[in-house]
Amino acid sequence: MWQLKNLMKLAFKGIMKNQMRSLLTSLGIIIGVSAVIVMVGVGSGSQKSIEMQINALGTNMIMVMPGTSQMGGVSRGAGSYNTMTMDDVDALRERATLLSHASAVVIAAGQIIGNGNNWNTTIQGVDPEYLSIRDWDIVSGEFFTDREVHSRKKVAVLGKTVVGELFGNLDPVGEKIQIRNTPFTVIGVLKEKGQDARGSDQDDVILAPSTTVLYRLKGGNNINMIQASAVSREQIDVAQDELSAILREVHDINPGEEDDFQVRNQVEITEMVSSTSRIMTLLLGAVAAVSLVVGGIGIMNIMLVSVTERTREIGIRLSVGARGNDILSQFLLESMVLSLSGGIVGILLASAVALVLNSWTGIPTVIEPGIVLLSFTFAGFVGIFFGFYPARKAAALNPIDALRYE
Amino acid sequence: MKLIIDIKNIIKTYHVGEIDVHALRDVDLKVEPGEFVAIMGASGSGKSTLMNLIGCLDQPTSGEYILDGKPIKALSKNDYANIRNQKIGFVFQGFNLLPRTSALENVELPLLYDRKRRIADPKKAAMEALERVGLVDRMDHEPNQLSGGQKQRVAIARALVNKPSILLADEPTGNLDSRTSVEVMAVFQDLNNQGITVLLVTHEHDLSKYAKRIIELEDGRVRKDSLVHGRLIASAITHPKEEKIDVAA
Repeated sequence: MWQLKNLMKLAFKGIMKNQMRSLLTSLGIIIGVSAVIVMVGVGSGSQKSIEMQINALGTNMIMVMPGTSQMGGVSRGAGSYNTMTMDDVDALRERATLLSHASAVVIAAGQIIGNGNNWNTTIQGVDPEYLSIRDWDIVSGEFFTDREVHSRKKVAVLGKTVVGELFGNLDPVGEKIQIRNTPFTVIGVLKEKGQDARGSDQDDVILAPSTTVLYRLKGGNNINMIQASAVSREQIDVAQDELSAILREVHDINPGEEDDFQVRNQVEITEMVSSTSRIMTLLLGAVAAVSLVVGGIGIMNIMLVSVTERTREIGIRLSVGARGNDILSQFLLESMVLSLSGGIVGILLASAVALVLNSWTGIPTVIEPGIVLLSFTFAGFVGIFFGFYPARKAAALNPIDALRYE
Repeated sequence: MKLIIDIKNIIKTYHVGEIDVHALRDVDLKVEPGEFVAIMGASGSGKSTLMNLIGCLDQPTSGEYILDGKPIKALSKNDYANIRNQKIGFVFQGFNLLPRTSALENVELPLLYDRKRRIADPKKAAMEALERVGLVDRMDHEPNQLSGGQKQRVAIARALVNKPSILLADEPTGNLDSRTSVEVMAVFQDLNNQGITVLLVTHEHDLSKYAKRIIELEDGRVRKDSLVHGRLIASAITHPKEEKIDVAA
């Protein structure tokens, strides 16, 4: 213990005697450690925000879209591929046991006039369950019910962006708007949802009953999408299988034939997106780790110079009774102190950079304790690894030669 | 009579390339405790080699060496380090103090490597050693703030701090002017009077007269072993207190 205390003192003294050089040596480690932490932090920060955006899409969402499949290499043609109708949604509501909600989605676009202003946006025809599926809410007024859907009533619920464009700060509930020259009554305003994962504005939308949009605005029988919620996240895959089976039956698809629809679920999308960003994070971390190794080589370089420069000092120590091991530990400890203090400063620097990135640039940066620990340990390891060779060289010196060294 | 140094038939041969250099050819040396021995000789006579062997910095090619009753033979590097630490105090020509390190810390250095921890309070022991060489008031000074004579006295204090059996001084006044040299001799004589065995390597005849016994080496052999007649007493020649005037800038 006494020995260790003295050795620590020696190491610190050795470092303090060459403050500038020690600082420059540690700089490699400082930059390396903070680069690893910040890079991984940026990577996992953006990964987390993407995951959050996907989760904001809805709860345990399963999406069904029309198929684009081919038969024996021959495209089935535009008219035949969208086979999805309102009946599919009804069938799912009746028979699916693992779905808590299902809603048709009919998409139309067009010019909207209201309050003397006009705006071009997307009109989505949906069912009342849609709000639960998308984990969405109303801030004023109310949402339409099954009754309005049945009677194809011309009511509309506006997204925040549409309200802003048409009504400014006024409350639009109860007002009339014209969608493609058809008059609608505004009955509610949606809560602000922000941008989705691709960066498009989710609030630039008008929701209306699915039947109204399909039969009064769009025409035809085909719906654009079905959105449904599984009863739980764990059962999302089973629910998806059940949903596919029901739709195949409704669509009269024989076993062995391909589906005429595509199904995606939220977990799949999350995993797909996060696996790419996880690879990005790894790559960033690996590049930063290289700089940590380069920092270690810097330490080895300086320690080698230091051993040569202090040959006489080593000779003096040996002549008054220091053992080879004492000299070895002294230099090893010195390089470890250099790298570990570099590591600590690096962690502090990384925290500062993360703070700046988060608050000033909006790049989400998450400092992960695991990575902090890992890079700090790695810095210590670098210190031992690259300090060992110079330290052993010092310890192996012959006392007479070392004393005579000029 | 118990001997502190008992050297029999010591031979040391260096191999420099193809050529063998015979530094010591069959040297016998017996030193009793409390002696003050000057080892004289021209350069190349083998006196530094002998000093390194006695100080366990180097090992003989053949021969027997008994230090303080213990045969020094076939020991590990660590054992040699321990002997250097506990039995020997070195004073070198070039002072060999650690730069940018205070006098006190320089003196403490050997205690740092004392594994047996015979001395409980290293700082106190170092201050006592500095007091013995009259430099306790300079203990916070670094070597570049000390004069040559003061540096050598710090080095002597360092050699004393572990209470060694022998003090080995290799040309300790080689870098000093004649007046300061006499002052250093006064310190050696003082320590010798307190019972420490001193071995002084020098090539200056004048300095050897401060010792009690002179051994002259020539071509790796002892040529002459004689007692000093008309021994000089350094403290009678100089007054160490005066030295405070020439404090180095």
